[in-house]
Amino acid sequence: MPGLTYTAPTSVDAAVKLLAGSSGLAKVLSGGTDLLVQMRSGRMKPELIVDTKKIPGIMDIREENGGLIVGAATPGAVVEANAAMNKAWPGVVEALDLIGSTQVQGRCSLAGNLCNASPAADSVPALYAAAATAVIVGSKGRREIPVEQVPTGPGRTSLAKDEFILEFKFPPRPAHSGDAYLRFIPRTEMDIAVVGCGISVTLDDKGVCTAARCSLGAVAPTVLLVQAMADALVGHTLDDATLAKLDAAAQAACKPINDKRGTIEYRTKVAGVLARRAAKIAFDRASGKTVKAH
Amino acid sequence: MNYIDSNLKVVGTRPIRPDGVDKVTGRAIYAADTRASGMLWGKILRSPHAHARIVSIDTSKAEKLAGVRAVVTSADFPNIASEEAFVGEGPMNFRDLSANIMARGKALYEGHAVAAVAATTQAIAEDALALIDVKYEVLPHVIDVDEAMADNAPVLHDDMFTSGVTPKPAKASNIAKVVTFKKGDVEAGFKTAEVIVEGTYTTKPVHQAYIEPHACLATYGSDGQITIHSSSQGHFMVRAYTAKLLGMDIANIRCTPAEIGGGFGGKTLVYLEPVAVALSRKTGKSVKMQMTREEVFRGSGPTSGASMDVKIGAKKDGTIVAVNQILKFQAGAFAGSPIGPGCMCGLALYDIEHINVVGYDVVSNRPKVAAYRAPGAPITSFAIESALDELADKLGMDPLTLREKNAARNGSKTHYGVTHSNIGFEQVLAAVKTHPHWKTPVKTGQARGLACGFWFNIGGESSANVHINEDGSVSAATGSPDVGGSRASMGMMVAEVLGISVDKVRTTVADTASIGFTFLTGGSRVTFATGMAVTQAAEKVVDELKKRAAMIWEIQADAVEWRDGKAFPAGSNAGAFEPLDLAAIALKAGRTGGPINAEVSVNAQGAGAGFGAHICDVSVDKETGAVTIERYTAIQDVGKAIHPSYVEGQIQGGAVQGIGWALNEEYIYNDKGQMENPGFLDYRCPVASDIPMIEAVLVEVPNPRHPFGARGVGEVPIVPPMAAIGNAIRRATGVSMPHLPMSPPTILAALSAAGK
Ligand SMILES: Cc1cc2nc3c(=O)[nH]c(=O)nc-3n(C[C@H](O)[C@H](O)[C@H](O)COP(=O)(O)OP(=O)(O)OC[C@H]3O[C@@H](n4cnc5c(N)ncnc54)[C@H](O)[C@@H]3O)c2cc1C
Repeated sequence: MPGLTYTAPTSVDAAVKLLAGSSGLAKVLSGGTDLLVQMRSGRMKPELIVDTKKIPGIMDIREENGGLIVGAATPGAVVEANAAMNKAWPGVVEALDLIGSTQVQGRCSLAGNLCNASPAADSVPALYAAAATAVIVGSKGRREIPVEQVPTGPGRTSLAKDEFILEFKFPPRPAHSGDAYLRFIPRTEMDIAVVGCGISVTLDDKGVCTAARCSLGAVAPTVLLVQAMADALVGHTLDDATLAKLDAAAQAACKPINDKRGTIEYRTKVAGVLARRAAKIAFDRASGKTVKAH
Repeated sequence: MNYIDSNLKVVGTRPIRPDGVDKVTGRAIYAADTRASGMLWGKILRSPHAHARIVSIDTSKAEKLAGVRAVVTSADFPNIASEEAFVGEGPMNFRDLSANIMARGKALYEGHAVAAVAATTQAIAEDALALIDVKYEVLPHVIDVDEAMADNAPVLHDDMFTSGVTPKPAKASNIAKVVTFKKGDVEAGFKTAEVIVEGTYTTKPVHQAYIEPHACLATYGSDGQITIHSSSQGHFMVRAYTAKLLGMDIANIRCTPAEIGGGFGGKTLVYLEPVAVALSRKTGKSVKMQMTREEVFRGSGPTSGASMDVKIGAKKDGTIVAVNQILKFQAGAFAGSPIGPGCMCGLALYDIEHINVVGYDVVSNRPKVAAYRAPGAPITSFAIESALDELADKLGMDPLTLREKNAARNGSKTHYGVTHSNIGFEQVLAAVKTHPHWKTPVKTGQARGLACGFWFNIGGESSANVHINEDGSVSAATGSPDVGGSRASMGMMVAEVLGISVDKVRTTVADTASIGFTFLTGGSRVTFATGMAVTQAAEKVVDELKKRAAMIWEIQADAVEWRDGKAFPAGSNAGAFEPLDLAAIALKAGRTGGPINAEVSVNAQGAGAGFGAHICDVSVDKETGAVTIERYTAIQDVGKAIHPSYVEGQIQGGAVQGIGWALNEEYIYNDKGQMENPGFLDYRCPVASDIPMIEAVLVEVPNPRHPFGARGVGEVPIVPPMAAIGNAIRRATGVSMPHLPMSPPTILAALSAAGK
């Protein structure tokens, strides 16, 4: 059995060097709530672990140019305790808050959730809807890409071997904006989303939607950013006709599989239901109402 | 003696459980916590195929791996003949049990053990499993019970000829037996019926889902003396099965019960112990084995899934005149589902003139079923209690009234021959009627379901001893593993009889060499049967204490009275002596005849049957099919609650397991017959936030056959939930829910099929 080396570098450069220099499987570790579980079950056998948590700033939240920056390894519990994130992105916060239990909350991160690249990851649809970008560092330097360009398939990302995510940038929030995330699970917690839906909207003074981003989880090999859902909302108030169009657009976008967590038919139907419900919450929030989604 | 109407000081109170501190501080020693010096790790290789002939097993590569000490296969176990087992709970055959713990010739389900390895570390043992070369000839498999009964189904055992039918079938099949129960003339009964309901119901196999996976540590000494530490519902059961499966004398095996992390019936048979002993015999070292959760799901017993047809005929006034019920139970890979209780329990609650019940015990390619709380009863009652709800609707009658009208009473004769006596079903129904939950109008957006349940409860063989220590403190021991707080209730009964406070009594579970034979903890028997033994032992000790006081005072023994933990002279004629307490008598024990103790073995008869009724309010999200249990009340006749908190705990636990059974728990198989959800992520037991506070209401109709009036309480509460929830969902949606689990996709599909 090959040995396992654990490292916890204190700078980006050192981390990148370690990743680039490894000959076998090297894995970046944030909270470890996916990685350690996969290692214990024997599914993942890395030779090198690069724990990022000692890198300065990677577990912090700060404001910059009117937007918010969340360090890649910031634990869910820290994000939830952050007033600025709650005010600007309640949908992202509630999505992250759904992950696991109190214990898992102390560790689980946005970067881990995104890079584990599960189509059912809870915070990812909310990140897509929020138009967040990922700041990626590697041997070739630093680049910034929209989050939806990170996962490429189940368990796969577009990151090179020597790259990792340093932080997420959330754009400045215009007035009358709101977001929401809903998932369906058969139980009330400790379950994997059968369907997830994230919606972010900006309204004008009359409640007409001027901008929208919508995404669906667990209905395709990756989380989907669905333009047709956004199109159904933009230019409209949230009346019954709009809701029906949104529902249809969500259902049309689904490309799910039958598996132990749900049937194609079920997932498709529920995607439409969640889209309607999430849109209502996002619109309410954009209109200044405080709404609890879960 | 009988204490039922006496002024009890300890029984009925709620002292802190004696095993509680160890458990909440993590100090309790469970099966996986024991180690021995130089011990090896045992691991089992399991079949990846649902049904396959084992062509050959080549263990040579594995044996050569450094650190591997032994490999065993079925060749290392005696090939024993078919013989009904006399141990364990539920029907089991020694030959089948042997083939279940180590496949012989054929692998009959995915997860079936085919070989085992002992190595110096767990990692080496696991690597060695991969080096065992098993050649399989994969055979067609069958999972579902109806499909397993079909003419063209793959047959598991070519020597299985359905018993219970004449003439004996010429062709082997998967139907192990057919059982029939008849009362009256069901044809004639239906002719007099004015209203008839009919339905087909299915339930899925569900696992007992105890939190502690099976584990053991076994040592085969060079003198042939064997010790086993393991967690089970009966260490005498472990001893007998291990002896039989390895062809050893029972006397050479000593089994020590570990603290048990749940069993619910699933630990009433063995999986690992005989394998660990065989590996230990081959290596001369202690061998430790413990299953992973995945192995627990793939390799150990759930309870049966079933397919059932029910037809009920009634008069317009609600009198049920005739019932026809057909039950097909999955037994797993070997014969022996709880089809008998399945045929009996559903209709045991009602006094019905004409009954015809036919049950089929059917094998298929899945793990052999094991007992699970009230084996068979929850399945049959799901069908009967659901059909009764439909009948109530059709009659325009309240579901409680329908049950009151037909409820079994003392003197009602069941279709399986027993006449009910000292039962409390009517009292349970009366408690439903007056309970605030039943009387509160259903909230808007919700609906209410009611269902009832029955379990026989059993007695049987138990041993207990009570010993007065040198300082007057008391040790009590029984042979019953404590799965539900029995050390507390045993200690309380002893304290009550001795007239002392409960913290003066220490209760333990003694190993097989330290106490007389005790049948396993199952059938809700311990408080009843072992409670009877321990009470009688305490009474004997009281008699002895009186004798000793008489010797000290030099008066006649019958001139001594025992009260509040002390000997008193009985009246002024006996003389004027200061009362003697336990310590005073114990101090002089050496001079009055030696140690003061008593051991009693009983074969307890007269376990009072148990009845319960559950009320459940639900709301249904009609767009997603999600069900929320809004309010839940479980009412049960418990005879006498020795320790009411643990009785309530049993009732709440049973209800919660029933809620899981009702809503989400199921085995998901792929087309190869492999289980796709062998873990708690996708095998969905309820989580805490799924469950409202379950209100347990104790009705106490004393069982006159027990010194304190106790009857079994642990099994009844899992019987009603599925139908109570199903009935509530039906009332909420207007759509019948005859198939378990009533998971969100199932409900949504049923709603859309009904055009809702
Ligand atoms: C009990 C339990 C319950 C759970 N419930 C949920 C749930 O409800 N919803 C849900 O979505 N998930 C759930 N999860 C999964 C997991 O908690 C989340 O996916 C979590 O967000 C992962 O974050 P992490 O920081 O722990 O990731 P890690 O385990 O540290 O990493 C996950 C993956 O991302 C990679 N990675 C980590 N950081 C970076 C980085 N900075 N740059 C590039 N790659 C990186 C790792 O190499 C690894 O492949 C649960 C897990 C457990 C154990």
